[in-house]
Amino acid sequence: MTDLSKTPADATATGHPMVRAENVHKSYGAVHVLKGIDLEVRQGEVFCLIGPSGSGKSTFLRCINHLEKVNAGRLWVDGELVGYQQKGDKLHELKDREVAVKRRDIGMVFQRFNLFPHMTAVENVMEAPVQVKGESKAVARERAMSLLERVGLADKARNYPSQLSGGQQQRVAIARALAMKPKLMLFDEPTSALDPELVGDVLDVMRGLAEEGMTMVVVTHEMGFAREVGDALVFMDGGVVVESGNPREVLTDPQHERTRAFLSKVL
Amino acid sequence: MNSLDKGRAEEGRPETIKAIPVRHPGRWAGAVVIALLAAMLLSALFTNPAFKWDIVGQYLFHDSIVHGMVVTLELTVLAMLMGVVGGIALAVMRLSPNPLLSGTAWLYIWIFRGTPVLVQLVFWNFLGLIWAKLSIGVPWGPEFWSESTNVLIPTFVAALLGLGLNEAAYMAEIVRGGIQSVDEGQTEAAHALGMSRFQTMRRIVLPQAMRVIIPPTGNETISMLKTTSLVSVISLEEIFRAGQVIYSRNYQNIPLLIVVSLWYLFFTSVLTIGQYYIERYYARGSNRTLPPTPLQRLRGLFAGRPTPKTGADVVPGLEGGGHV
Repeated sequence: MTDLSKTPADATATGHPMVRAENVHKSYGAVHVLKGIDLEVRQGEVFCLIGPSGSGKSTFLRCINHLEKVNAGRLWVDGELVGYQQKGDKLHELKDREVAVKRRDIGMVFQRFNLFPHMTAVENVMEAPVQVKGESKAVARERAMSLLERVGLADKARNYPSQLSGGQQQRVAIARALAMKPKLMLFDEPTSALDPELVGDVLDVMRGLAEEGMTMVVVTHEMGFAREVGDALVFMDGGVVVESGNPREVLTDPQHERTRAFLSKVL
Repeated sequence: MNSLDKGRAEEGRPETIKAIPVRHPGRWAGAVVIALLAAMLLSALFTNPAFKWDIVGQYLFHDSIVHGMVVTLELTVLAMLMGVVGGIALAVMRLSPNPLLSGTAWLYIWIFRGTPVLVQLVFWNFLGLIWAKLSIGVPWGPEFWSESTNVLIPTFVAALLGLGLNEAAYMAEIVRGGIQSVDEGQTEAAHALGMSRFQTMRRIVLPQAMRVIIPPTGNETISMLKTTSLVSVISLEEIFRAGQVIYSRNYQNIPLLIVVSLWYLFFTSVLTIGQYYIERYYARGSNRTLPPTPLQRLRGLFAGRPTPKTGADVVPGLEGGGHV
């Protein structure tokens, strides 16, 4: 196990691998979704996953915090295997409780926000620190308020999700994930369900996070964001990595025919 | 006139449509028929001497009737409590990935939903015929403590077990439906935050499932209030049995049945009102604004203003005064 500092603030662009995938496979019954993914996300990096729908990019993202079980290959987060423990030459499944402990350090933002509709914005953000970490409500509320302020929604703290616009809901969702002080943030098409005019606010918040050195894996269709903020980019299709590299290079001068075909449609 | 001012203020806006509304002659004919039938029923109620309203009044607050109503209410509340708690436990078991737990829950529901509650009640009452005494000890080994079944399970407890355990089976299916109605994304979001399966269920899923669970639970409670009358067969003196006992002595069957019915009607009405407020509470977060309660509506009415429904919308009725 690695013993590197876990605070995102210490991260550097040339950090150790935060996520490492080796020949990762995933299938649902007969449907083979991931057919051998190899990649490495370094600490402090903004790592973009692009590709057509059904290419497996979201599935791969969900494997990183074990919302999906990997069928074959190995996947490490911060030097530790995801979902399993190696003892000798045998792999042991982790208990639900152990999986939950690991998920605390990995924030996730969903395409459809998934805010808790029966709680106000500030209660959404406080929930995990209070329930999972056992923080006092007063402390958690104060932190939640400062996080909401950071995403520009301090004045909406007492609103229920149904009273917020999509963009506002997504920013609350980001604040909710940050409340657990994660060392890694996963974004699953965070702007795909938003009206075009609301996308900018969410991307601004993500850009701010990237500048602070947060390690981020972003599944996105926002090529502008990938080019501007991304440190690395992977184009996936049909469950495999087709092309990877620096986003500016891949997006302007793709080497593969399939990448070119995809980009010509979205750009 | 102010209509001119308005016209200038909203330049270009055409005149509000004032069309002749569709006539509904069928409704009027129907209303006449229903009014006639209602009048016939009312006159029958008050002129037919068999109802004996003076005797109804005499027994409405009779001691054993009131005592019977208290027993009925106790049974309803306790049996529903057993039903809800047991139902949640069974539903969670039923949805558990552990096949032993879900299998046990399935078996329980199969038995308790598959036999009539009346039969179950009588079974609990006769439990002493199956096991004369109940004891705690090592299975097939020595006993540490034992007690006669009839002492341990008096009639009230038998009634409670019969009603409560049966209700748990029904509630389990209601709760299961509620849990399954909650978007899977909610569970995922909670898990992604590091919440355990139990925390996710208690803090995230169940509160949202409540919105789906509450209305049928209200129906179940109202239904339970009336189902308690079945325990009269094991001679527990709830309100129906209390009425029967009285009319077996004085032969005033109809007036006493009316007394009993009036009490049931009163408490089902109270429960209906309670259900309205509970549903309103659990709707928070799903409706943008809660609708006004009937009380608030009444207060609004007496304050001389109709409760605003869509805010600044025009009230056409007020403008219509100057027309034609």
